[in-house]
Formats: sequence, structure tokens, C-alpha cells
Amino acid sequence: MSEIIKVGMADLKTCLPPNGITTLGLGSCVGIALRDKVNKVGGLAHIMLPDSTVIANQTNVAKFADTGIVELVKQMEALGANKRNLVAKIAGGAMMFAVNSRSSMNVGERNVEAVKKKLKELGIPILAEDCGLNFGRTVIFYPETGDYVIKAVGKPEKTI
Amino acid sequence: MSDLSLNDVTQNYYDVLKEIGNIGAGNAMTALSQMMGCKIDMGVPQVELLDFSEVGNAIGGEEQIMVGVFLGVEGDITGSMLFLVEQKSAKSLINKVMMGMGDPGEDFTEMELSAMQEVGNIITGAYLNSLSTLTNLKIFPSPPALTVDMAGAILSVPAIEFGIYGDQILMIQSKFFDEVQIDGYFILVPDMDSYKKILTSLGLSV
Repeated sequence: MSEIIKVGMADLKTCLPPNGITTLGLGSCVGIALRDKVNKVGGLAHIMLPDSTVIANQTNVAKFADTGIVELVKQMEALGANKRNLVAKIAGGAMMFAVNSRSSMNVGERNVEAVKKKLKELGIPILAEDCGLNFGRTVIFYPETGDYVIKAVGKPEKTI
Repeated sequence: MSDLSLNDVTQNYYDVLKEIGNIGAGNAMTALSQMMGCKIDMGVPQVELLDFSEVGNAIGGEEQIMVGVFLGVEGDITGSMLFLVEQKSAKSLINKVMMGMGDPGEDFTEMELSAMQEVGNIITGAYLNSLSTLTNLKIFPSPPALTVDMAGAILSVPAIEFGIYGDQILMIQSKFFDEVQIDGYFILVPDMDSYKKILTSLGLSV
């Protein structure tokens, strides 16, 4: 019997087949799904902010793109994943409200950029993405197949 | 970077923030009641400091579809404010404002969205006005933006703002009653420096 593991906001978890892993209602946050395509180890991080180095309070590594991805890789390696086999799929980073008065409103875009930068640094290729625009997303990732299912309000479900 | 963090919020500050929420929400409901020309009862607002992981459950699940009205705050204090109302509640509220001319379907028409934006504008305006009067601080709201989406996605916006300072979000829930009960949530997100200003202007040393 397979189950779906839930990842909260500013949280990360690993996952082995046949289980899936999900995070609900991604807004400006980014959901980073990593997969060791050989050993079939999966993981999902729900990050909120791009950069831990500019924030004083950084006790929760899962909150940031830079530290969150590093921690996720570490936990996946502990489950038998090999860093060289890792591939990524990312979703989220929306701009929920069309208000331009505050710089943080563009945090979705900055989150996506920071995620891409970190993945590149670690040599993890991005196979697919569904980022930006102005709507929330629920994502489910299956490490067995690498399918990343994306649901949004009033839109057909899609798999990347 | 401010040295005040939400984790340091003492019972005393907490009570003050709660009272601000109470007064703000009360004024907002009065404005709404005047606009709709009917009596609206309101429950005692609940002020909660929630961990990010609890936020979704507190409002009925991350995937609960809600209407969010968001606006920036400028002036003596800076930050943002979010008014959230559950989809069905929003529908019934709008229908009332539109004198029963609302669309019966689940989705919102352009007209309904526009009406909801105006309701949000009035409610948040009244809320901020009372905060301004109370603290003697100038507060200017920006025009509101509206979205209909999953609660989790909408809440990510204030959560990210709070995320800069800690792992918790301060939320004021106010239930108000008309013919049906309507659950509305106010989330005021002052920048940390503004928090200090609010508390200081109310006579609390920070």
C-alpha cells in the first residue's frame, strides 16, 4: 500500500517508491523535487525565501533555497541516493497579487532564480519546470517514475 | 535588521496586538454593516501565533479555496495586510452587497470580483483607520489586489514576510454573522521596525 507523504511550508522530506510526496498550495514558494533516477530515491523541499545569508534568523534550513536544497541532497544521500544521478523538477514561484509597491512581492521570481542557481552550482540538471504566473499550485511527486503532477484552481491537472 | 523577533513577543505585547485586532476587526465590521445596511454580529476575534506548519489546518486546509484581498501599507509604518474569506462566505457576502443579483454558480463573475474588491477595500480601510487613530501613526493603504486561489498559496505571501523574522505567523481570525456565519481572517504584517513603532506609540517599551 503506497502512501503520500506531506511536506509543509518551509519543510522538506525524502521519499522512496511506491510512495509519493506532496506539498499543498504553493504560492510564491517553490517546490523542488529531486530524484536519483538510478536508485529511485526522491525528495521534495518547499522553500519560502531565496537566500539564508541575508537573514538573521535562519534556524530552519528548509526555509531557504540555498540551504534547503543542500539539506535535501544530504538526506537523500543518507537514503542511498548518489549526487551524480540527481535530476530536478521545480514548480511554484508565483506572484499571487499584482502589487508592485514592495520589493518582496517579486519574491516568487527571486525564489525560482535562487533555486536554479543552487541546482546549477551542485550540478543537478532541471528536467522540467512550471513556475511563475499568478496562481497557486499543489504538487505531487512520484520517485518511481519521476512524474511531477501539478494541480491548480480552475486549470486542468498536468504532469511534467 | 531588527533585534525584535516574534518569538520574543511577550504576553503583554500579545495582548496589545490582540486588542488592536479586536478594535480593527470591530471597525471593519461596522463599516461593512453600514455598507450593506444590515446588522452584522461579530464574535470575539482570535489572535494566534501559528507555526507555518499549522497555518493550513487553522483555516480549513491548504487547498481550501479562498478569496484574498491584499494591500500594501505605507506611511509611518510599512508592511502589508491581507483579508481572507472562504469562497462560499465571500459569495454570500457579495450577493448581499449586490442585493441578491449575484451569480448562483461557484465561480466569481467580473462584477462579483469587483464588488468583493470594494468590500475588501472598505473592510481593510476601516481596520487600518482604527489602527491609525489608536496609535496616532499615519497609515496609507495602497489599492487592494484580489485573488481567488488555494489558501496555502495566498498565505504564502504574508508567510514569506513573517519568514524573514521567524517561523511563525500572527493571524487574527474574526467570525462574523449575518444570516450565515462568515469566517474572515485579517493578517496584518508590519515590518519589524513598524512593530516597534506600533508598540511604542501605545506606550510599551520595546
